[in-house]
Amino acid sequence: MSVDKNSRYRSSHEWARKDGARYLVGISDHAQEALGDIVFVELPEVGKRLKQGEAFGVIESVKAASDVYMPMSGTIVAVNDAVSGDPALVNREPYAGGWLVAIEASAPAEWDGLLDAAAYEAEAGKE
Amino acid sequence: MNQTRLHDWHLAAGAKMAPFAGYDMPISYPIGSVEEHLVTRRSVGLFDIDHMGQVEVTGPGADAFVSRLVSARVLDMKDGDARYSLLLSEGGTVIDDLFVYKIPGAWWIVVNASNREEDLAWMNSLARAHEREFGQVHIVDRSEETYMIAVQGPRAIELLDLVSDTKVSELVRFTSGNAKVLGVPCLVGRTGYTGEDGVELFFPAEDAVRLWTGLLSEGEKRGIETKAIGLGARDSLRFEAGMPLHGHELSKEISPLEAGFKWACDLEKDFVGKEAVLRLAESGATRKLVGLSVSGGVPREGYEVQDEGGRKVGTVVAGMFCPSVKLYAANAFVEPAVAKSGTALRVIIRGKPAPAVVVKRPLYVPTYRR
Repeated sequence: MSVDKNSRYRSSHEWARKDGARYLVGISDHAQEALGDIVFVELPEVGKRLKQGEAFGVIESVKAASDVYMPMSGTIVAVNDAVSGDPALVNREPYAGGWLVAIEASAPAEWDGLLDAAAYEAEAGKE
Repeated sequence: MNQTRLHDWHLAAGAKMAPFAGYDMPISYPIGSVEEHLVTRRSVGLFDIDHMGQVEVTGPGADAFVSRLVSARVLDMKDGDARYSLLLSEGGTVIDDLFVYKIPGAWWIVVNASNREEDLAWMNSLARAHEREFGQVHIVDRSEETYMIAVQGPRAIELLDLVSDTKVSELVRFTSGNAKVLGVPCLVGRTGYTGEDGVELFFPAEDAVRLWTGLLSEGEKRGIETKAIGLGARDSLRFEAGMPLHGHELSKEISPLEAGFKWACDLEKDFVGKEAVLRLAESGATRKLVGLSVSGGVPREGYEVQDEGGRKVGTVVAGMFCPSVKLYAANAFVEPAVAKSGTALRVIIRGKPAPAVVVKRPLYVPTYRR
């Protein structure tokens, strides 16, 4: 399992990372490995407003469909079209090319409540 | 939970394991189900299928018994022949689907792991009920002492020829013969469940690790890409090739006529379930198995199928991403009126209608039908 030091995490295995004025959101390496081959990604429409913990999309692996949840509250300002065309990109590069959505945070203080890389690694490692 | 003799090997290889038919089985290895599928289509895949059951039938009444037991014609089979068949209930629904091998002095019947107990009970009760008519029949479960590995893919026969004491390539499709593979005495069936050429090997269980690891290393050594394949890819390979999985396209609630398996029923002979099959043929099936190509998500078992007006017309029994044809596809039972190829339908995925179109099965034409 690899973790990205610059991201923070939710226990449900999503990460968020500051990217200029917005945050990029994706799923962790641990999550992609547990899901197995990802074959379909459903992403929200740009402009959708969601609260922390609400499902923003669905990731379908060979065997199952799983919801993915907002690590922070905010508005979807971009979705990664590359993963819609090549869902396995999430398996190959969960922290880079396999990001899912970009959000404008409506409650930036939520960042402080997320797990840092070391804490997430310790928690996910127990699974 | 049962384990196969390759269980430790699967764990050491980093396989994701899950229960299947009472066995802890490898679902995928670290290369992933999609790549495993593609390896089998381009070179060689090895499948641990020891969970499959094998039943040996012998005795003076064996021929008459097997002919009554299964739906396909079997009395014309010669030693070495292998044939797909169905085990039907009196009600004409499918208890199991199986491969029947005629070998010298015996019938060798390969059954699904999850149905083994029920199949055996059914076979024994049929044999007892008709002992006077058939003559004596001996039914022996050989599953424990028999190991089963499938070697499948366009280079499978090439690999087997290199490591066997007889030419496996001389076996025609759907026949079997004896060979020593890496020194292990095997019954070799030129059969499979992937749509590719290849074999299924039956051999003494104690040789499982030796033969499995031997085939992998021989493949490597001879430049023939050979990989272990989990049940995830086994499912997508069989699905693309149009082969049924009992519990999905066939079950005790499904008639062979609904699932498109009339060809596996020999209506010129007497077999259990024949009357019911004839009755349904007379009245007409009220649903039909079709293939659907779907966009906007992965169709999965249990999803509702609707017509374009939003009326329910059927249900998905299996669905997935198909790596070779690169489609999201489903098998569904639908009303006959919407079963024609090209019909536009919808599959309800997470509450939303996803566009679907009825497509010809199989999506991937098996090599032996080309």
